[in-house]
Amino acid sequence: MNRGDFPILNQDNMIYLDNSATTLKPKCVIDKMLDYYEKYTSNIHRGEYDNAIKSNKEYDEVRNLVREFINAKSSEEIIYTSGATEALNMVVFGFFKNILSTGDEVLTTKSEHASNILPWLVLKEQKNIQVNYIPLDDNYELTLENILKSITPKTKVISIAHISNVIGDIRDIEEIGKICKEKNIYFVVDAAQSVSHIPIDVEKSNVSFLAFSAHKMLGPTGVGILYGKKELLDNMKPLKYGGGMNQSFESDGEYILKETPTKFEAGTPPIAEVIGLGEAIKYVMTLGVDKIHEHEYKLKKYLVDELEKIPNVVVYNKNSKSGIVAFNIRGVFSQDTAIYFNHYNIAIRAGNHCAKMLKDNLNINNTCRISIYLYNTKEEIDKVIEILKNSQDIFKVVI
Amino acid sequence: MDKNIRREIILDHYQNPVNRGLVNDNSYIYQNTRSESCIDNIDMQLKYEDGIIKDIVFDGEACAICTSATSILIKTLIGKSLNQAKTIIENYKNMINEKEYDEKLLEELIVYDEVYMQPNRKMCALLPSNAIDKILQIIDQKSKD
Ligand SMILES: Cc1ncc(COP(=O)(O)O)c(C=O)c1O
Repeated sequence: MNRGDFPILNQDNMIYLDNSATTLKPKCVIDKMLDYYEKYTSNIHRGEYDNAIKSNKEYDEVRNLVREFINAKSSEEIIYTSGATEALNMVVFGFFKNILSTGDEVLTTKSEHASNILPWLVLKEQKNIQVNYIPLDDNYELTLENILKSITPKTKVISIAHISNVIGDIRDIEEIGKICKEKNIYFVVDAAQSVSHIPIDVEKSNVSFLAFSAHKMLGPTGVGILYGKKELLDNMKPLKYGGGMNQSFESDGEYILKETPTKFEAGTPPIAEVIGLGEAIKYVMTLGVDKIHEHEYKLKKYLVDELEKIPNVVVYNKNSKSGIVAFNIRGVFSQDTAIYFNHYNIAIRAGNHCAKMLKDNLNINNTCRISIYLYNTKEEIDKVIEILKNSQDIFKVVI
Repeated sequence: MDKNIRREIILDHYQNPVNRGLVNDNSYIYQNTRSESCIDNIDMQLKYEDGIIKDIVFDGEACAICTSATSILIKTLIGKSLNQAKTIIENYKNMINEKEYDEKLLEELIVYDEVYMQPNRKMCALLPSNAIDKILQIIDQKSKD
């Protein structure tokens, strides 16, 4: 779909299949950011001149676009962050640190990204809480049944990815949200891999907090979003203090902070990046998230069906419904496989993909990951299949 | 060196590395080494006695270049004195980093003389030598104590 919109795809014949790490950027997003730098560079919130007023307007409008995109109740529930990682850290250390106490339980899984586990493990040290892992099924996926079985009277938080970044299973956040509501459990969703891949409705899914990064959804690096229910955000403490977020401060130590969401946005934000994110959202909304998902899943399914015919290739996640394929060539270290792909100008990833606990389930430390997005084509997937079919000569290429 | 011979030696050491498997023996000095930038991860143990490297073993998960380099280094260094080992490692590092080196000292390690042409693989080749380097420093330190 829409390959012509992506300048990087026009310049050489690279095949880009590392979309879970970051996505390519359409020209409209790049141009929108250039426009800010070339035509109206200025800081926000502090100027009365035309360019500052324009920056302000462009910057503020994005909040409402995000609101619409994920169906939040109000744009006050949308906080600009530096990315999903910062957003999740804000939730753990700005909110839960103040309300959880000894023995309270946080449920997560072993297939989470580091940014949705490490903050919890640090909080566990600080507050003596429990962090427990909902078991994954035989396909390394999270099921409602296992969630229900894992909940105890101590469970205060369920914190999971909407789509996990190695297995690519789509978690049914609508149903999980219902369970959380019924049992009075906070529901934290890491949407880094799902936003702009499948539809998100934070209201319908009863989400307490949701985090994502712009760069994984056609936008720029350096900016992301934290969504939180208004009443929760009002009780959350900022982790950063400085300009833009305070009402007043005096020499006697008195200070007053601004309201949600401004109180969380200290300092000059990534203005061009926020504006770029807005453009990415418009682009995705015009295309239709459903259409994007249909396209990537169709290609994923085709790839997996073909890989199953190649005896020396193992696929770890043939059932998952996103655009991610985790695999290895038997007897070949994943890094060597990625180097082999690079020889054919194909970008894929090797490693543990920051999901270091998943090895407990997979019984291997490292996999190769192909992650598909809207601009990938069947011809590109055919090329992948071809080079995997011919991989008996891999070491002639790699060494 | 002929490209095919070079590849054959590397591949042979990758698929059948020498001394894979750690030992439960505290006369060995242990060192883990991993790369910040990639996923190679190697544990090594070295036994030093009477001024000679008596044994080196390793385990871990790493790419073809890293695993084979570990194996060839082990093969080259066993039986050498501390000073000989230091000189070999220094020359090996120089070769990988495109500096002057004495190829006669390097024995089979010479198969990596073109790794520098793939800059992102230099680290893979250097990983085991960094581990040995650290172990040799520990030995030095002990002899001073
Ligand atoms: C599931 C998941 N969560 C969180 C993140 C962190 O995103 P960022 O590095 O943009 O903060 C990633 C990135 O790989 C991810 O895949």
